[in-house]
Amino acid sequence: MNYTPSPIAIAIFLAFVGLVLGMSFFFARKAKSAEGYFAAGGTIHWFVNGIAFAGDYLSAASFLGICGLIAIFGYDGFLYSIGYLAGWVVALFVVAEPMKRLGKYTFTDALDSKFNSKGIQLMAAVSTLAVSLFYLIPQMVGAGVLVTPLLGLPHWVGVIMVGAIVITIVATAGMTSTTYVQFLKGGLLIIFSTVLSVMVLNKGLSSTPRPETFVPQTLTAQATLDGETEGYTFVTKIAHEKTGQTFVKLTTQKEIQLGENAPVETQTIAGWWQLEGDKLIETQSKTKTASGEELYNGAPKKAGLFKSVGYLTSLGEDESGKMIESTGKLGIFGYFAAIDKAEVVRYPKGSAVKFEDNGNHVKIWCPVVTKGSDLLAPGQYFSTKTPIGKLNFLSLMLALFLGTASLPHILIRYYTVPSQRDARKSTIVAIAAIGFFYILTLFMGYGAMTMGVIDLESGNMSAPLLAKSFGIVLFSIISAIAFATVLGTVSGLIVAASGAVAHDLMDNYFSIKMTDVQKVRAGKLTAVGVGIIAVGLGIAFKGVNVAFLVGWAFAVAASANLPSIIMLLFWKKTTAKGIAWSIGIGMVSALGIILSSPKMYAQYGLDPDTALHALNNPAIISVPLSFVVLVVISLMTQKDNEGLKDI
Amino acid sequence: MLHEPAAKAEKDAASDWKAKLGIKLFWLYCIIYMGFVGIAVFSTQTMKTEVLAGTNLAIIYGMALIIFAIVLGLIYNHLCTKKEDEMNKEGEAK
Repeated sequence: MNYTPSPIAIAIFLAFVGLVLGMSFFFARKAKSAEGYFAAGGTIHWFVNGIAFAGDYLSAASFLGICGLIAIFGYDGFLYSIGYLAGWVVALFVVAEPMKRLGKYTFTDALDSKFNSKGIQLMAAVSTLAVSLFYLIPQMVGAGVLVTPLLGLPHWVGVIMVGAIVITIVATAGMTSTTYVQFLKGGLLIIFSTVLSVMVLNKGLSSTPRPETFVPQTLTAQATLDGETEGYTFVTKIAHEKTGQTFVKLTTQKEIQLGENAPVETQTIAGWWQLEGDKLIETQSKTKTASGEELYNGAPKKAGLFKSVGYLTSLGEDESGKMIESTGKLGIFGYFAAIDKAEVVRYPKGSAVKFEDNGNHVKIWCPVVTKGSDLLAPGQYFSTKTPIGKLNFLSLMLALFLGTASLPHILIRYYTVPSQRDARKSTIVAIAAIGFFYILTLFMGYGAMTMGVIDLESGNMSAPLLAKSFGIVLFSIISAIAFATVLGTVSGLIVAASGAVAHDLMDNYFSIKMTDVQKVRAGKLTAVGVGIIAVGLGIAFKGVNVAFLVGWAFAVAASANLPSIIMLLFWKKTTAKGIAWSIGIGMVSALGIILSSPKMYAQYGLDPDTALHALNNPAIISVPLSFVVLVVISLMTQKDNEGLKDI
Repeated sequence: MLHEPAAKAEKDAASDWKAKLGIKLFWLYCIIYMGFVGIAVFSTQTMKTEVLAGTNLAIIYGMALIIFAIVLGLIYNHLCTKKEDEMNKEGEAK
């Protein structure tokens, strides 16, 4: 899609960023001591902390990733919502209060509270860094995705912008400003997502596509190939071996305008059509020519021929047997009941085809008609028909369930409130706020799917583009909040990472004598370093769905951290060596499986079929393995526990 | 070295009781969550069954899991707060 920045969008965006930076400088005075910098002095109110939890958690993955997945694949995206929310149950019932009771600045403190072990300090700090970096990647990708339509800037500029702003925030004020930024952003995200969802329900569903939406035309195949269809000239026909599909290239005359003030010109444009029986169905295409030029539907992107997609072809029949054209305003259940009877034209990832045409690289998106009832149940994204598909799905749901309570940037938030009771209450506020938001993802996702706003090149943009269909102001606000979402989450992650380095590694593990001020300075320097690494990774992972990437961060966190947290709390025979080995093996096995997975092979540019194994989500192997390692090593090192007090 | 617990070390006589309650509620939720995941993987067609106002099981079960987590959290907080007040008062009296 061609994005033109609007002055309103830029103004709202700049106002948000200004507000966020202003808050950072305002709270900077509270970050002079280590406790102030890493844990906001333990003085945050439980309600503020609860909404800040939601702000931390409702990251780019939730807002951009889940809405995007629902928009493209339907219900399977919502499975992420369910898994992410279920993880909070573990956090509330098992982890929240003990973490608060046992720790000081980082979760390593809690793990190490009984043992004072160098092994735990090292392994827990390394795992915090690894999880934080994995979680940072999707946030940075999300930042890049947002600035393109908002400000008309390239992806990499967005990533660098976020990096620079976040480094400023974290290096200025630490956890206090991060908390208030998260509170503001979490609250606004929920309020405006509610507004957007209500607008979707008020608008209802219609089988008449919006003018901005791409509606494929159909031609009679034989007549067109014989040159008998007026206005179209047959150029070439390509049989695609892998999919068995045939594509036909036709030229036609079109009036195009390269930019708002450019003259309208009539040009001969080449387009690709899919041969289906005796029909030719129009597709959307992107061609990279041998000279490096990129053409969208045969013309430069500026011409605006490449359009957003997704619309309803049918809404079923009413009681009198007449076809429904529009439903009007709908209630919550009425909305799903109407989609259930509808048919949707969509472009799932599998329908995109790539081939060569005279040295040009062509990518084609073919429309697929899907029943609404199939989009309201699992099966469009996760393939659970094969044993490995089932295993991948179970593994992901396990990671999401166990990962939340092991995320370092979530765990450090338990140290920002004054008491265990506050830790519990803030977790419940978080569950209510996050749960409510996740229900809204259904309306935003299906809204984007049926209202023709999906950008074929970036499903992550579905929610902001849905807002754009209701007006530029709502779009600008939603995008600015989404950008603040990224800023806040990245800030939290960088604080967690800097705590791991300055407090766990430098202070505890290496026993470097530092004053409070030096400790804060070390944290700030680490923040700068981690921020720069995150920028690099954000640019490298452009185009990968952010919810999927976060699934990996959860898997690493669940494998490395959760077994030791659980066993420390509930198994008295747990030893320091057991914990250190469990973290190490959990982390290495999860990372090893991810790095050798088919999805990563695709990222390396290799054939995914040649990957070392077929598992994309490691948790189902790495979590039990981490538990087993902890038990075995603990049983072998029981002597180490002699003389230690129970926690 | 900073290995002492969080700045304000609280004495909480109810912590064992709360931990046991937490584990029970965790398993309750876990079973219902596993039921959902099991149906999604092994009986996907069941998810398409209409259960309420034209809405299928997938949507209703999914939303119910979210709402149930909130309700369970509120119940847990209520019981814990009550027990904390009781037990910590008893502890102070002793």
